[in-house]
Amino acid sequence: MSSVKSFRGGIHPLHAIGSGKGLTANLPIAEAPAPARVILPMAQHIGAPCVPCVAVGDRVLRGQAVGQVRGFVSAPVHASVSGTVVEIAPHLTIGGAMVPCVVIENDGKDEWDPDCRPPEGSVDSLSPQDILARIGEAGVVGMGGAAFPARVKLSPPGDKKIDFLLLNGAECEPYLSADHRLMLEEGARILEGARYVARALGSPRVIVGIEANKRDAAEALRALAAPLGIEVQVLRVKYPQGSEKQLISALTGRKVPSGGLPMDAGCVVVNVSSAAAIADAVAKGRPVTERVLTVTGAVQTPKNLRVRIGTPAQELIDLCGGLKPEADRVVSGGPMMGVALYDLAVPVVKGTSGLLALTREQTAPGKLTNCIRCGRCVRGCPIHLLPYELCNDFERGDWAAADKHNALDCIECGSCTYVCPAKRSITSSIRVCKRQVQALRKKQ
Amino acid sequence: MSNLTVSLSPHVRAQSSTRRIMLDVLIALIPAVVFAVYWFGFSVLVTILLSMAAAIGSEALMQKALRRPITVDDGSAAVTGLLLALTLPAGVPWYVPVLGAAFAIVIAKQVFGGLGDNFVNPALAGRAFLLASFPVAMTTFPAVADAVSSATPLSSEFAGTVDYAQAFLGRIGGSIGEVSKLALLAGAAYLLVRRVIDWRVPVSYLGTLAVLNLAFGEPVLDSVLLGGTVLGAFFMATDYVTSPVPAWGKVLYGIGIGAINFAIRQWGAYPEGVTYAILLMNIASPLLERATRPRKYGEVKRRA
Repeated sequence: MSSVKSFRGGIHPLHAIGSGKGLTANLPIAEAPAPARVILPMAQHIGAPCVPCVAVGDRVLRGQAVGQVRGFVSAPVHASVSGTVVEIAPHLTIGGAMVPCVVIENDGKDEWDPDCRPPEGSVDSLSPQDILARIGEAGVVGMGGAAFPARVKLSPPGDKKIDFLLLNGAECEPYLSADHRLMLEEGARILEGARYVARALGSPRVIVGIEANKRDAAEALRALAAPLGIEVQVLRVKYPQGSEKQLISALTGRKVPSGGLPMDAGCVVVNVSSAAAIADAVAKGRPVTERVLTVTGAVQTPKNLRVRIGTPAQELIDLCGGLKPEADRVVSGGPMMGVALYDLAVPVVKGTSGLLALTREQTAPGKLTNCIRCGRCVRGCPIHLLPYELCNDFERGDWAAADKHNALDCIECGSCTYVCPAKRSITSSIRVCKRQVQALRKKQ
Repeated sequence: MSNLTVSLSPHVRAQSSTRRIMLDVLIALIPAVVFAVYWFGFSVLVTILLSMAAAIGSEALMQKALRRPITVDDGSAAVTGLLLALTLPAGVPWYVPVLGAAFAIVIAKQVFGGLGDNFVNPALAGRAFLLASFPVAMTTFPAVADAVSSATPLSSEFAGTVDYAQAFLGRIGGSIGEVSKLALLAGAAYLLVRRVIDWRVPVSYLGTLAVLNLAFGEPVLDSVLLGGTVLGAFFMATDYVTSPVPAWGKVLYGIGIGAINFAIRQWGAYPEGVTYAILLMNIASPLLERATRPRKYGEVKRRA
């Protein structure tokens, strides 16, 4: 086996508790019952929101589009159950925004739209354009959390040669194990999706990157991947190994130019969950109506669940026995980059990789002191910035300096804040810097 | 509807804290303090406690006067007080540690904004102040029973006549906390293992000192084993606030201290140059930091 690879910088969050993954890593994926109602936000992706294409009272089938794209960078939304559209109105969503949603009352029949079917003829006869079209129609987005429309990501301009297709199975966020379980249980589906993507991209080298804390998944996938000419590479357990730029560094030694995209380094990165969704889209014509996520932390019985898109978070937490009394915060995603929820009525969406309940004790910020310039943020920064310096720029309101100090390169991974002994909110300060720098640049 | 807490990511933080780091430094200095009490007697404990109390007290008073939050519980003033005391000769009059610690905290630290904003190491600034104000008291080392030498062993008359094993154990004359290299290195090892300090500064500092001594035909071990070099290299030069953060900045900073230290010893009037070498490089630290900024990920060369 080849050596374990990684990138420069990074941290080891929650190392003392094995990143919290032990709670769910060994639990097989369980099916969550389809809810009585699904709430389908028209904006589940980066890019233009969808426009509802059904009316209240319509009967819809599972897999039928309920939101149509508007613009190139977008992804359609599909009914995740069969039933009746009962409401089209703004609802609270994970990010805290009110977003137009199509609400469907489940008729319990789980009847698929007959249009969701395998392609005419053999899957192998599909052209790259056909593959991309099927991925686009299925509404596949980056399911690691970023929710960038897959069709767009997989359509590099003609002058960009793609040398590498990298499958992201790093799952570097503490606590989450959905990708781990998916690789272990449904590796063939992931690799099938990878092969379609590879074909659409002109057959680049395909490498699956998996952190060393998921050796079982790596072994399982390697056995399946070898005959397909797909490589599996074990990566050091280090956060943020699953960030695109860091994954590219670790697997190819290349660097994405500042301000550029992975395609500028000849790479396309696809999350393993997205690859599985792509397999369903291309081979079966089935859009994204479900996903696997981890419900964990301070819940009574943590689980890995296959859930319908649009299921309210509360129902999934109830399915896990409810919150423990000490739970104080519920995060969509992992503890490092996840979004805190203030209302559990919000629906899970395509990009929701987990629901994590944290206790007050775990989230206590600690005592704030002046920066002591210990340099831990600098050693931890995967982009090799000087985070403490940007924090100072923020405090002085010196946005020109923040620009000079490369605020816009920050990927907001949270490593600096995590390691800071002075308990400074460095990441949040840099977020403000980024906005101000962008405003400043616009003015000039 | 619910009483869930909402805040920005990241939602968890490492266990480390400023206070814990300061506590680690205090823990790391315990062997040196214990040896000092054994070697010089209990009076040094009084000097140490006076210095620490004066540092903590003057920080609290100054912060109260400036209507700043009182932050003595972060432990940084205690560290300054202890480090200053360790650089003093045993048996100094009581007002020496008290004035030195007060100067260190009030003038070198609080005037510039407190923890993190001082540009020179407070303990060393306090020591420099004392050297200038009480030159006799600061260079009068009491005779110690069975010491190899009772005067400052860095004086040229002792060159080449030192029993290195005794010097390493600390059975020599010198300041309170600098005599036993064994005790100091044990503490330094603790700080390195705990990742409180970085190896780059002490290694480049001591390495430069050794190379220059070799080049000029001076006894290498004298420069390291005698005087305050080890205390300075591991506990003073590694001060986060007054040294560069980038890795290469730390290396250059250590080289600079080594070179200045050597120059002062070789050609200067003082037998020992650790204090001024570090203080001078403290001042150069921001420049070194600017010169050694790491290259960001994916940096693109700007085209004109």
